[in-house]
Amino acid sequence: MSRSEEEIVRFDNVGLRYGTDKEVLSNIAFSLYPGRFYFLTGASGAGKTSLLRLLYLAQRPSRGAIRMFGRDVITQPRENLPSFRRRLGVVFQDFRLVAHLSAFDNIALPLRVSGVREADVQKPVADMLDWVGLGNRADARPATLSGGEQQRVAIARAVIARPDLLVADEPTGNVDTEMALKLIRLFEALNRLGTTVVVATHDVHLLRKVPDSLIMRLDKGQLSDPTGSLRYPPRNPMPASTPNAPRDSGR
Amino acid sequence: MSKPPVMTRAIERGLAPLKGRRASHLLPRARLGGPMPWVIAIMVALTVLAAGGALALTNLVDRARADLAGGVTVQIVEADPVLRAAQADRAMATLRDLPGVGTLRRVPQAELEALIEPWLGGGVRSEVVPLPALIDVRLDGEVGDATLDGLRSALAEVAPDARIDAQSDWLGPVFSAIAALRWLAIGLIALLAFTSAAAVWLAARNALNANRSTIEVVHLLGGTDGQIARIFQRSVLIDAALGGAVGLVLGAVALTVLGAQFAALDAGLVQGGGLGGFDWLLMGLVPFAAVAIALLTARMTVLASLRKML
Repeated sequence: MSRSEEEIVRFDNVGLRYGTDKEVLSNIAFSLYPGRFYFLTGASGAGKTSLLRLLYLAQRPSRGAIRMFGRDVITQPRENLPSFRRRLGVVFQDFRLVAHLSAFDNIALPLRVSGVREADVQKPVADMLDWVGLGNRADARPATLSGGEQQRVAIARAVIARPDLLVADEPTGNVDTEMALKLIRLFEALNRLGTTVVVATHDVHLLRKVPDSLIMRLDKGQLSDPTGSLRYPPRNPMPASTPNAPRDSGR
Repeated sequence: MSKPPVMTRAIERGLAPLKGRRASHLLPRARLGGPMPWVIAIMVALTVLAAGGALALTNLVDRARADLAGGVTVQIVEADPVLRAAQADRAMATLRDLPGVGTLRRVPQAELEALIEPWLGGGVRSEVVPLPALIDVRLDGEVGDATLDGLRSALAEVAPDARIDAQSDWLGPVFSAIAALRWLAIGLIALLAFTSAAAVWLAARNALNANRSTIEVVHLLGGTDGQIARIFQRSVLIDAALGGAVGLVLGAVALTVLGAQFAALDAGLVQGGGLGGFDWLLMGLVPFAAVAIALLTARMTVLASLRKML
């Protein structure tokens, strides 16, 4: 299998500008490979959220090409994009929980949007609530949850449908160190099951928690890849201790 | 937190519909809280009234036309009562022998006096106010100009003072006025439908703005435009159905009361303007049309707004 066939996401010469302002992202070029764990770092205003918005298909780039799951997403008709989005999990920086839905219903949302039968929704969502330590808050509305609890609901919603690519924007920003570590372990566990994970963070301590992760650093809208690992990652994509081989991303 | 839950991988990657209760829960419920159901109720009530009026006028015209279809009135306008009676007798005899004449009736003098009594009072002496002799003729077919000309030439010799008119001509201006009223009602119905659509458009836009964050989340989770539009349609369906039902009841009650008032007039022309079973069935369709307009408007509004997103 050639490397281009393996990659799950490919950005080529991508630029993004809002209106007539100067580009917030310039000449972005990288590839993401299945089963890898990426950290996206950079100072505030470096363009991390803009890059993530391109990744979770909330925004079209001003120029360049983006391929996702082996297909060009720029030229896709709008009606095809939901099928791409259903293979993504997104943890938004501001959580974006639906205010009038309970924690349970918020987490169940991706399954319901995907058409999973109601009978098949109950157990996975209940398990996920337990997993993020909110088993007793299933009926709570977001407004009654603390910032950390809301963040965990947002993460549970992002991972419930076992996405091929998980994109998380500062997912540990509102939780204490212990919970941050637990959440990173959750992402790692998901990663071991084959999901490619991209975590945007400015917390450099987190980077050391996932030894096999790859670093994408943004600086003033430019992506630096000093080691070339984004373009040419090491041959063995998974840690030797990982029990699960990455899934075949070709569906 | 020991290990991740075992998540079933039974997720349909296809674009399955998000429908039913779980879809309706995505929007906060504000049934009857907002003005939408009441706006639709008022629109439906007014439409039922306008439609009822238009249908009643149509019935009235149809019945009047049917009654007057073959009717011709022959007036012998002669001041001398003897000559007048003689001409009337000869006219009756001539008409009776003409082909195409169904029935003939000479309007009795007492009936003529009763006709003018409201204006001139009772006991009017015929030598003071000479009344023409009237002959009510029913022809077998429609009355056209050629028929009238034929009658005129037939009576020219025997009753030179005869004036012959088609009865439908007398009501021509009335029919024109009623036709104008009917068009007015149709115009009103069209305006009400347009106003209903505009009200739903505004309500859908408000709902979109109020729920924009929810919509964006569903959109970014892979919800299709159709799925999101259906969530709104379901909400609008319930509002429109409630409003339509209330509006139909209000409109039907108002029409029934009005109908009873007109029936009490006991006037010949108005009596023909009642509503039949088919008319009520047509008016029963008004709420369904309102719901259809509301659904279509909501769908188009939501889809147009969603198309602005990637």
